[in-house]
Amino acid sequence: MEDIKDSKSYKSIIKNLILVAIVITLAVLPLIIVKDGEFGGADGEAEEVITDINADYEPWFSPIFEPKSGEIESLLFVLQAAIGSAVVFYGLGYMRGRKKKEEVSK
Amino acid sequence: MLLLLPQTTYGMHIMEGFLPVRWCISWGVFTIPFLLVGFFSIQKIISEHPRTKMLLAMAGAFAFVLSALKIPSVTGSCSHPTGIGFGTILFGPTAMSIIGLIVLLFQAILLAHGGLTTIGANTFSMAVVGPLVAFAIYKIIKKASGPQWLAIFLAAALGNLSTYIMTSVQLALAFPSEAGGFTASLLKFMSVFAITQIPLAISEGILTILIFNAIKAYGKQELKDLKIISKEV
Repeated sequence: MEDIKDSKSYKSIIKNLILVAIVITLAVLPLIIVKDGEFGGADGEAEEVITDINADYEPWFSPIFEPKSGEIESLLFVLQAAIGSAVVFYGLGYMRGRKKKEEVSK
Repeated sequence: MLLLLPQTTYGMHIMEGFLPVRWCISWGVFTIPFLLVGFFSIQKIISEHPRTKMLLAMAGAFAFVLSALKIPSVTGSCSHPTGIGFGTILFGPTAMSIIGLIVLLFQAILLAHGGLTTIGANTFSMAVVGPLVAFAIYKIIKKASGPQWLAIFLAAALGNLSTYIMTSVQLALAFPSEAGGFTASLLKFMSVFAITQIPLAISEGILTILIFNAIKAYGKQELKDLKIISKEV
C-alpha cells in the first residue's frame, strides 16, 4: 500500500516539475529569440499607439504617487509577490498539517 | 520641462490619465453592479462555508503574486498574468471582481501601475470580463466531461487573454483611428497587448493547474464545500 502511494506521489512530483519547466522555458525563450527586444512594458507601447492615433492627446491625470526609481518600484513589486506567496503557502502548510493530523487520528 | 513628460511605468493596464474622462466614468458605472453582486456573493460563501475563508484569502493572494510577476514575452516586451482564473473556478466569477479591485487598487496607489482614474475600466477588463470568460470556459469543458486539468488550464489562460482583448477594445473605443475607425485602432492595440499575452496566458494556465493540484492534495474538505470535487473523490 505504502509503495503504491509513494509511486503516485512520485509521479505527481515529476508531473509538477515538468509543468514548472514549461513555465520557465516560456519566460526564458523570448530573451533568447528576441535579441534586440527592450522588454519594456506593453503599456508603454500602448501609449505610443495612442499618440500615433491621436497626437494631441494629453494625459489628464498623473499618478498621485510614483516610485522614485526603478529600484524602489521593483522593491514594491517584490513586496507584493512576497506578501501574496506568504499567504498562499501559509494556507497550504496549514492544510497539510491538518490533513496529517486527521490521518494520525484515524 | 522634463517634469511635464509623463513617466512611463510598465504594466499592462490602462495607464493613469490615458482614458478620456467620459470613458473612465462609463466603465466605472458598468463595473459597479458586478462589484455589488460580488460583495454579496463573498458574504454568502463565507457565511455558508466559513472554513473556505482561508481558501478565499489564498485565491486573492495568488492573484497578488501573479500580477506582480512581469514576464518577458515573444514580442520583446513584458507583461504579467492576472491570477484571476484560480479564484474564479473556486468561488465563481463575481466574487473575483472584489479581489481584482483590491489588487488593482494596490497597484494603482503604490506602484503607479494602472491608475485611479482608469480603475473602473481596468476592473471591468480584469475582474469582470476575465472571470466571466474563465467561468464560462470551465463550465463548458466540465459539462462536456472534459478532464479537469484541461478545464482549469483553458479557463485560466483564456480568462487572461480576454482581459487584454477587453483592454484593447476599451482603448480602441476611446481612441478610434481617423483612417479605419474603431476596427483599425482595435487591431493596433491588439497587436500590442494580445500577442505579448499569448505565452503568458499559457504560463498562467499552467501555474493555475499547479496551485490547484496543491490545494487538491491537502484541502479536499474546502473543495467539497465549494462543490469543485464530488463527495466521493
